[in-house]
Amino acid sequence: MTYVPHTDRERADMLKAIGASSIEELFSDVPQSVRFPDVKLPLPISEFEVAREMQVLANCNFAVDPSRCFLGAGVYQHFRPATVDYVLSRGEFYTSYTQYQPETSQGFLQALFEYQSMICRLTGMEVSNASHYDGATALAEAVLLALNVGSGKRNTVVLSPAVHPQYRAVIRTYLRGTHAATIIGDDDAKTGLDQLKTLLDQNTAALVIQNPNFFGQCEAVDGLADAVHRAGALLIVVTDPIALGLFQPPGAYGADVVTAEGQPLGIPPSFGGPHLGIFAARMAHVRRMSGHLVGETVDAEGRRGYVLTLATREQHIRRAKATSNICTNSAVCALAAATYLSTMGTQGLRCVAELCFHNSHYAAIEIGRLKGFAINPQAPAQPFFKEFVMRLPGPASVINARLRERHGIIGGYDLGRDYLHLRDHMLIAVTEVHSRADIDQLVAALREAAS
Amino acid sequence: MRYETIPTVYEASVPGRHGIDLPTPDVPLSPLPAAGLRSDRPLPELSQLDVVRHFLALSQRNFGVDTGFYPLGSCTMKFNPKINEQIARLPGFAEPHPLQDPESVQGNLTLMFELQQWLMAIGGFAAVSLQPAAGAHGEFTGLLMIRAYHRDRGDTERTRILIPDSAHGTNPASTTMAGFTAVELPSDARGNIDLEAVRAACDADVAGIMITNPNTIGLFEEQIVEVVRLVHECGGLVYGDGANMNALAGIARPGDLGFDVMHYNLHKTFSTPHGGGGPGAGPVGVSARLKDFLPGPVIKRDGEHFAPAMPEKSIGRVSTFFGNFGMFVRAVAYIRQHGLAGLRANSEHAVLNANYLRVKLRNLFTLPFDRTCMHEFVCQGVIHGTGVRAIDISKRLLDYGFHPPTNYFPLIVPEALMIEPTETEAKPTLDAFVTAMEAIAKEAQRDPALIKGAPHETPVRRLDEVKAARELVLTDRAKTGSG
Repeated sequence: MTYVPHTDRERADMLKAIGASSIEELFSDVPQSVRFPDVKLPLPISEFEVAREMQVLANCNFAVDPSRCFLGAGVYQHFRPATVDYVLSRGEFYTSYTQYQPETSQGFLQALFEYQSMICRLTGMEVSNASHYDGATALAEAVLLALNVGSGKRNTVVLSPAVHPQYRAVIRTYLRGTHAATIIGDDDAKTGLDQLKTLLDQNTAALVIQNPNFFGQCEAVDGLADAVHRAGALLIVVTDPIALGLFQPPGAYGADVVTAEGQPLGIPPSFGGPHLGIFAARMAHVRRMSGHLVGETVDAEGRRGYVLTLATREQHIRRAKATSNICTNSAVCALAAATYLSTMGTQGLRCVAELCFHNSHYAAIEIGRLKGFAINPQAPAQPFFKEFVMRLPGPASVINARLRERHGIIGGYDLGRDYLHLRDHMLIAVTEVHSRADIDQLVAALREAAS
Repeated sequence: MRYETIPTVYEASVPGRHGIDLPTPDVPLSPLPAAGLRSDRPLPELSQLDVVRHFLALSQRNFGVDTGFYPLGSCTMKFNPKINEQIARLPGFAEPHPLQDPESVQGNLTLMFELQQWLMAIGGFAAVSLQPAAGAHGEFTGLLMIRAYHRDRGDTERTRILIPDSAHGTNPASTTMAGFTAVELPSDARGNIDLEAVRAACDADVAGIMITNPNTIGLFEEQIVEVVRLVHECGGLVYGDGANMNALAGIARPGDLGFDVMHYNLHKTFSTPHGGGGPGAGPVGVSARLKDFLPGPVIKRDGEHFAPAMPEKSIGRVSTFFGNFGMFVRAVAYIRQHGLAGLRANSEHAVLNANYLRVKLRNLFTLPFDRTCMHEFVCQGVIHGTGVRAIDISKRLLDYGFHPPTNYFPLIVPEALMIEPTETEAKPTLDAFVTAMEAIAKEAQRDPALIKGAPHETPVRRLDEVKAARELVLTDRAKTGSG
């Protein structure tokens, strides 16, 4: 089945108009030796059969109710209001493309403008782009921005080891083409903020931290921005948008650029993507930012309207001198976030954040009582938000397999995969989707799995 | 019809209104930290009906493929099958966490493995990585692989990437990000990359060439075999920009033409929705010599078991987890439904539709390269003696209910209108578009001011882009209640 609508009659009429005797004739510029290859693909099947086959494949996954999944580490189970998918299902939105013709794209432009506004208020920043691919690539672009601000004189990036390991990997890949830049700070996984501060000097372009950090803990950020700014560098903060419902935003403690993974804002885990890269900054950096920006203006009759603006930063105008190569972004996920945040409002997001806080603390207290377990053993006094580290009485992989096979529960992230000193440690995420009963089941299952 | 301005969510906000209830905590409460909490009110406060009406009203001021004909050149705005949206939302695909044990997500890994295999087959490549999130991301990835390949051979002096002047802006931008210098090459009188210029530029400094085929004028590069040979002979690699693969799927395989690496745009060729600008997906296919440098994880098969793995000399990760998995689901459903015959039929009808429009419009507009085109073509949007330009024609098309073609690209054609109808449009739609163009040409003779003042029927008239860039209002100034 294809979605080609042509009848034989139409095809014949069109070929006649073109003056070709067959469709094949239109491809005579393609070298004959490679034309019309035999490509090994399965034979086509009908829409009905595709739906059935894909359902069978979906059933091959162990997909639990979100309340039985305690895995986080960058992708989280959060409640998604029905309004989000309702808006995402509007064909006028999801079958459109970038708003190069603003008069017929006012709907999406206004939604993205509102997204930018909400992200700025939430992060305490002055400008937000209209989305990036994901949290990691947004952070990598923020690092490129800082190196750009450092204009070749500042080539060192101080990177906290408590930034998501995959984000740090993506930064390293992005910097493969930037010859002079070096990353320091995250080679020793135990390096804390105080030690990172001692690495700041006249070569530093930026300090990059995550708050709450990869381990779920809130960093002691008092005075941090001052230290960074005294060194002449930028403070880049990776954050969790849900945490911003409760905690003061990075803008309030002096961040220059804020990036985040926006998946918690109404976007399904979807096996890791597509998600939403949030990228916000101080106005001083607007001309160095990557990605689309929506700006307010007026039309020929003085009515308010919206356009893509500062395109002179972008690849289709500036080409080799653009701030970034980004073109396609994650606009529909930004639309999801805008709908989510509008539905939640200040009070709703606060409630979600408080539920995450209370539920995760309850889980931590209860698990901490189990024999052989310890909660946040490396930093027991540090506050945490919705994730915490637990030391296990055995290998994480064994415990996780038991949780899944015997209890239908997806356990936490095996920290030994990224941190040598955290073998037999697991990162657990607890959010508003977990009730007391769900947490009690996890605790009971952990007790059983560890014995 | 008079359109009223839609208040922003902040303007519509009423302190104390709320859109959703959440559970009351049923666990013992823990004391919140004493410091570091926020007390402002950063978000709007609306009822759920307010939210629904707001975004519904906004959707009604937006034009998608579902609304009407959208011949935006180089973007392949084809029909997005509705079944694919349903399938992508199946809980088995939408809910799994990317860090789950591979044993527990064999369905997803099977799906990714199949997509890798099918994209290898369609493009004629030795391996595929699904990691990149978009076409430009795939370009950057491909260039980093080319860089790693040369360095791995101890060849560190190759600094230049050749790029024809008709290329997408992403090509030179990606080149810079990957640490290379972009060298622009001219096009010849038939719209091909200038072969003599390629010959002259090929030397020991060349890391590779980036080439779009069919190119952005919609023409198949007539000397592609020779171009590839010249670049390979000087030790460079060939990058293919797969943006225009909707002309070639099932027709010819870039790998067979000697391309070393190419990105696919799943949101173009394989119908995943464009989402108002994204998300897309930009998987890269490579020849045998780049296989080990692919970004990972890629999915490997071991008997009946599938597992993620990093290629031996991988450039690393370019995004988190597995890339834009939700797009893979849609693309797999699409390829499964089409098979080779369906993909080939798509390319054939995309080319048929483009050539039909080309011959129907050639009497109205100048075609700088008037030869058989592939899935798109470029004409000059000038109506002589009237002062009417490409942008004016585009804006007037909005009044006729059509989305305009791409404007002012490629840069080598003045007043370019780049028209890509795609295969999913029927002849009556194309005829209606031609009729509208004819009407606009007549209007331009009779009343050029009508066209220059267009659009007249849209929610807003022409917008002041200079003011937007000069005053930079990038967030809503309306204030919500303070905390």
